[in-house]
Amino acid sequence: MTTLLSRDADAELEREDEAARTALLSEREQIFGRFESGLFGRLKPFVRPHRTLLLAAIVAILCFVAAQLAIPLLIRATVDSITGKAGSYPLAWVFAAFALLVLLNSLANYWSDMTASRLAQRIIFDLRRAMFAHLQLVSQGAMDGSHVGRIMSRLQGDVNAVQEFFETSVTAVGDFVLLLGIVIALFLLEWRLALLTLLLAPMLLAVRALWLPRARAAFTGARDSSSIVNGALAENINGVRVVQGMRREKLNLEDFDRKATANRDAQLRAAWSAQVLVPAVDIATGLAMVIVTLGGGWLLWQGRIDIGVVVAFIFYVQRFFDPVRTLSQQYTMAQRAATSARRIFEVIDVPLEIMEKPGAPALRGDPPTVEFRDVRFGYQRGRPILDGFNLTVHAGETLAIVGPTGSGKSSVAALACRLYDVWDGAVLVGGQDLRDVSRQSIGRKLLMVLQEPFLFTGTIADNIRFASNATRAQIVAAAKAVQADAFITALPQGYDTPLDQRGQNLSVGQRQLISFARALVADPAILILDEATASIDSVAEARIQQALRVLLKGRTAILIAHRLATVRDADRIIVLQDGAILEQGSPIELLASGGLYAGLYRHNFESFDEAG
Amino acid sequence: MTAAGTGAATSTGAPAATSVSGALDELGIDRAIAPRTLRRVVSLAGPYRLRFTLAMAACLVAALANLALPLLLGHSVDQVSHIHPGDAFEPGPLLWTAGLLLLATATRGLFQMIAGYQAETVGQNIGRDLRLAYFEKLQRLEYSFHDRIHSGDLITRGMLDLEGVRGFLEVGVQRIVQLALLLGVGGWLMLRRDTVLALLILGSVPLIGLLAGRMGIRLRLAWTRLQQRMAVLTRVMEENLQGARLVRVFPARDQQMQLFDEAAEAAMGYANQRIEVRSLSMAQINGVYYAAMLLVLAVGASRVQSGQISVGNFAEFLAYMTILQVPVRQISMIMNAAARAVSSGARLFEILDREPSIHDTPGALPLPVGPVALQVEHVSFRYQGANYPVLRDIDFTVVPGRVLGIVGPAGAGKSSLAHLIARFYDVTSGAIRIGDVDIRDATLDSVRRQVAIVQQDVFLFDDSLAANIAYGEPLSPGERVRQSAAVAQLEPHVAALPLRYRTRVGERGSGLSGGQRQRVAVARALATDASVLILDDATSALDAATDHALRDALRRFTAARATIVISHRVASVAHADEILVLEQGAIVERGTHDELLALGGHYAGLHAMQTRREPDDSTPATSQELVP
Repeated sequence: MTTLLSRDADAELEREDEAARTALLSEREQIFGRFESGLFGRLKPFVRPHRTLLLAAIVAILCFVAAQLAIPLLIRATVDSITGKAGSYPLAWVFAAFALLVLLNSLANYWSDMTASRLAQRIIFDLRRAMFAHLQLVSQGAMDGSHVGRIMSRLQGDVNAVQEFFETSVTAVGDFVLLLGIVIALFLLEWRLALLTLLLAPMLLAVRALWLPRARAAFTGARDSSSIVNGALAENINGVRVVQGMRREKLNLEDFDRKATANRDAQLRAAWSAQVLVPAVDIATGLAMVIVTLGGGWLLWQGRIDIGVVVAFIFYVQRFFDPVRTLSQQYTMAQRAATSARRIFEVIDVPLEIMEKPGAPALRGDPPTVEFRDVRFGYQRGRPILDGFNLTVHAGETLAIVGPTGSGKSSVAALACRLYDVWDGAVLVGGQDLRDVSRQSIGRKLLMVLQEPFLFTGTIADNIRFASNATRAQIVAAAKAVQADAFITALPQGYDTPLDQRGQNLSVGQRQLISFARALVADPAILILDEATASIDSVAEARIQQALRVLLKGRTAILIAHRLATVRDADRIIVLQDGAILEQGSPIELLASGGLYAGLYRHNFESFDEAG
Repeated sequence: MTAAGTGAATSTGAPAATSVSGALDELGIDRAIAPRTLRRVVSLAGPYRLRFTLAMAACLVAALANLALPLLLGHSVDQVSHIHPGDAFEPGPLLWTAGLLLLATATRGLFQMIAGYQAETVGQNIGRDLRLAYFEKLQRLEYSFHDRIHSGDLITRGMLDLEGVRGFLEVGVQRIVQLALLLGVGGWLMLRRDTVLALLILGSVPLIGLLAGRMGIRLRLAWTRLQQRMAVLTRVMEENLQGARLVRVFPARDQQMQLFDEAAEAAMGYANQRIEVRSLSMAQINGVYYAAMLLVLAVGASRVQSGQISVGNFAEFLAYMTILQVPVRQISMIMNAAARAVSSGARLFEILDREPSIHDTPGALPLPVGPVALQVEHVSFRYQGANYPVLRDIDFTVVPGRVLGIVGPAGAGKSSLAHLIARFYDVTSGAIRIGDVDIRDATLDSVRRQVAIVQQDVFLFDDSLAANIAYGEPLSPGERVRQSAAVAQLEPHVAALPLRYRTRVGERGSGLSGGQRQRVAVARALATDASVLILDDATSALDAATDHALRDALRRFTAARATIVISHRVASVAHADEILVLEQGAIVERGTHDELLALGGHYAGLHAMQTRREPDDSTPATSQELVP
């Protein structure tokens, strides 16, 4: 008798990979949470589109199980026939039926695996996509509070856990149906013998109940120790320069030795827990055979059955108890999957704070003005950063906002892009309230260049083009305008140079020039630069300043800066402190007024923070 | 569907067409070297010979018990078939058979458990050995090695490849032995019983084995391909999250969703390929198996009818087939594991076989302890594989108590110079002497004891603040830690922490700000006994006031040390006894702050630019204010 089990032997190998990956990603936490049936309800919308596939899978699995169940029956028929039992079928018929069955078995095997595994795959990808798509809509505020690694562990580790569950579910469902089928077949063959044999099942269940809590602890321990030892390895690799510089090699090796040894022991405890079930299942199988032999002999003597039944029974019970073992594994997996599913839905359930009104028109941005009207805003409830803030940026004006860290200048920039919504008041661009226009249209008129130039994996040209449809000529023109063309063409592959690890092969200044070119290609009417030159060393900055002039020409611009040098070219400077405008005017006016700006400038400080 | 998605979908049928040798090529497995790698993997079990033998012996007993089952079952069928209703029922012999059946299954289970556990013990011990060897080697391999190989790659090798090697030793070897025993002993028993039936069964084994083996290799390939696609998908998601602000500002949502869909479709294509390979192969294997069973059934039936064998013998053959089914099918798993072990093993051995290029020369002596001078004599340096030198003819001396400033733009070679002094690289020409000893003639350990560098990229360990400060001198008394922290201007910050020095700094010091991290790194260097202290842009994230305070405290604290301060900010080096201006790897100017300003060259230009005045309007007074 065969079950569906063994086909997953290869998957086991891969699951180890997966587990190792997951261990690295997921935070350590209570893995064996309580199983929630409500979660299955949440999964329904993901399964519904694939109902036909699900149905096909179920039918295929049933066919497969039926074929598997029929095989011992045909063996019985063969035995009946050769022992010359009255009423037995001719051998030729039996063999023909067997041949058909072999064909059906193979086809059903193929179809059940194809449909069920593909279905599981599809659902998993849909789930991941739903989570990713939702994350695109979630406000920047929600993103600020969460660590990228944590979200990634949900997008990967948790999705993998659910996938693992789904994939094994396919097998488990097959096993379960098979088990049920065997029970029915046994009862149909000879109910007394079946009853006797099945008496063993509760015994095995009792053993499992005793085993489960201890095994769980051992498995959790193994997972934890493995993530500790891998974490230590990763940390030592990343910090190897310090390790060598500080001569910690010997000490760290000793420490790692302790962790690796503890891991080995924890793994062995887990292995022991897994292995003790083997003799338990085998003894149960042995007992079942004893029952079949003795009980079968007795019943035969009584003339109630014939030899064919005994042979069929033997084939059924040989692997009857194996599913009990795998179903236990399935149970622990299900619990892990439930925890993971909950964490996935937590992401999907993050409320969308920044909503788009249905049928919201596009932002016109004409005239290119920005107005803050009585704006109240902050990041923490009850602690506003801006309160009653009013500011108008006129068309074509370059406005600089300076001020110490925490003065609210970055909030002004973020609000103008509607990365956040104001608590009170309004932000208007070209007279339109940002909350009344479509979110996607804002970036076409109003763009922010960030402090940290963020580049994606891909070529330089890809990065300049980014979300636009710019042609190669436009890309090159933009790069030339911001004086990035020279260093780009000096690279071996020019504009087609791939960027490693988000552009780590370029200097910060070069990365910022690319991000300027990216903004230029997008050609917004209003441009905001949020400390875009802060992290660049002074040599590179001179070039950036020139690029900046090109970038700002003919646009309305807001420059956020804490370095004074950056803002000397502005039409108007606003000095912000604690969310309020302290002084404003042209650079010359401010110098003449003798306020904070003038004082800092005279004392030659590079930035506001130095004054603190 | 997107372009990339279509590409993946059309290639869905590809693996079916891929030959095994093609698959091996794509997996990067060289068949000429593979056996040697595999032998080497197996030889790792050498130290655990005894346990390994024990595991295999248990495996043998389990296999024998397993083989006894068909015999006993056949026997019991024969016994039962001789029972006729109405005869005198003699349960004696039947009881015996039943007892033996129980004994056989119990033995099988027990010894399978022992074999499994012992194999796991061997595997886990080898895993531990490999981990330690790998860890030890990585610690010793020189900087240029770590420059070349990405840390993520090294981590993957240490985690997944290690598991690959261990997995094969633990599971693969055991399965091979088990299969060989079942085929050998079982085949012999069956052949003795009935040659024709036995040959029928044994004849199906190579065919199933071939199919299963091919499936194993193809699954490995499908899995590897899938992982590559998943890595792309992961990267797309990760970059999207890291660049969340940019994506929102630009409205790049559609573009990002498209990228995601392309990557996901491609991954899905490969995931489906994998399923297809598995489903098709399994269906084939099952088909061949049951076809063989049908043959055994047909031939067996005729032999029972002609009286050549009994019904019990017949059942015996069928039971034997059942026992063989899983192990033969597991050839797929064995091949999969072996392919993995070969590629993983090769990747691991590549690291383990590498010898550090920087090591103690024979007869190396420790450097003298105590305050010593540092002499850099006409040093030039070129990175391995680079075609131009990063440093050219650098020459200077720093005596204890003196401060040397090095200033210059990014890429001038400042950090490379720092790394040479601690002998993270060897100079290409010239020499570096500490206390008059060429550092290449001294023990590496003593060089690094004498040189403490605060690196530009601060790396802190996920441990307490105190442990991080005392990292170089773990046995430092608390007083020493506090003193170093005070000099590094950490005290006020520590005082504000609830757990003070016992506060954990988080992964890579994520619980601290950039400036705080830098100060911890400074304190860490100060807590050592090094007589040469190098600060490589170590205060760039500090505000001017803290920077000044730190420099003052440092000056008092390092009276007996030779100090080098590297920076791109003029203000950070202005106080030095001598300043070197480095440009494109060469010293272009040297002198004190005032001398260099008076010179009106690079330094003066840099100074003017950084203090935000045009060169002509720079007044000495302002620099006095900045640099007390």
